[in-house]
Amino acid sequence: MERIPILRMGEYLLVTIQVDMHDRLAMTLQDDLTNRISETGAKGVLIDISSLEIVDSFIGRMLGNIASMSRVLDADTVVVGMRPAVAITLVELGMSLTGVRTALNVDAGMDLLRNSLDARKDTLYGSSIR
Amino acid sequence: MAVVSAEATPVATESDIVTVRRLVREASAKLGFSLVDQTKVVTAASELARNTLIHGKGGEMELITLNGPRVGLRLKFHDHGPGIRDIQLALRDGFTTGSGLGLGLGGAKRLVNEFEINSQPGEGTTVTVTRWK
Repeated sequence: MERIPILRMGEYLLVTIQVDMHDRLAMTLQDDLTNRISETGAKGVLIDISSLEIVDSFIGRMLGNIASMSRVLDADTVVVGMRPAVAITLVELGMSLTGVRTALNVDAGMDLLRNSLDARKDTLYGSSIR
Repeated sequence: MAVVSAEATPVATESDIVTVRRLVREASAKLGFSLVDQTKVVTAASELARNTLIHGKGGEMELITLNGPRVGLRLKFHDHGPGIRDIQLALRDGFTTGSGLGLGLGGAKRLVNEFEINSQPGEGTTVTVTRWK
């Protein structure tokens, strides 16, 4: 069965979507990611969509679901690399991806995840001891 | 209005939705649509193809290239499904009879220049959209 690979890097999971996904593949990714977060205890998920030529309401909903599910499993999600034409179309379609954090590229996305994890550790252990 | 080419493609499986996206992408690129316009019409086609598959229980898409005084792309999605009882309601954002977000029909309408919907309960639905270059 066709699957989108999920890479683990330390406390983070990385996904690069490089194919035009049919709906079932998107659902499989959603399931696989939630399973991997729970298995690995990952604190962050980065999803690179720079190869995606369109994001329709189905894929948009999947991205929103992944963000919500990972939040419940104590992980942050950031979606990176959205093409400008895709962003314009998505907003016109009526989806603003509320609740999904985005960054322009992988670097900025990783910074966002690291900062967010640092901030969470500060809250947990108090910033004085760091 | 000069119709340059018209071809029909089945919309019966999830992979057909991917095929529809590819065909519409190729046709709009060939007509010289801007990247944003290509993206809009492909996204609209994806939403409508999914509607044809899920709500219409499958059907077909007719892809028509228009090259008269105006250049454009017309897509006809046709199914023999249960039809839509209340079209105004179906067009409203957030309304859905399935499990989606209810953005498909209204969203697709916003992404094209012309939008026409014909539906008879029990007989099926035809949605015709046109995007001009």
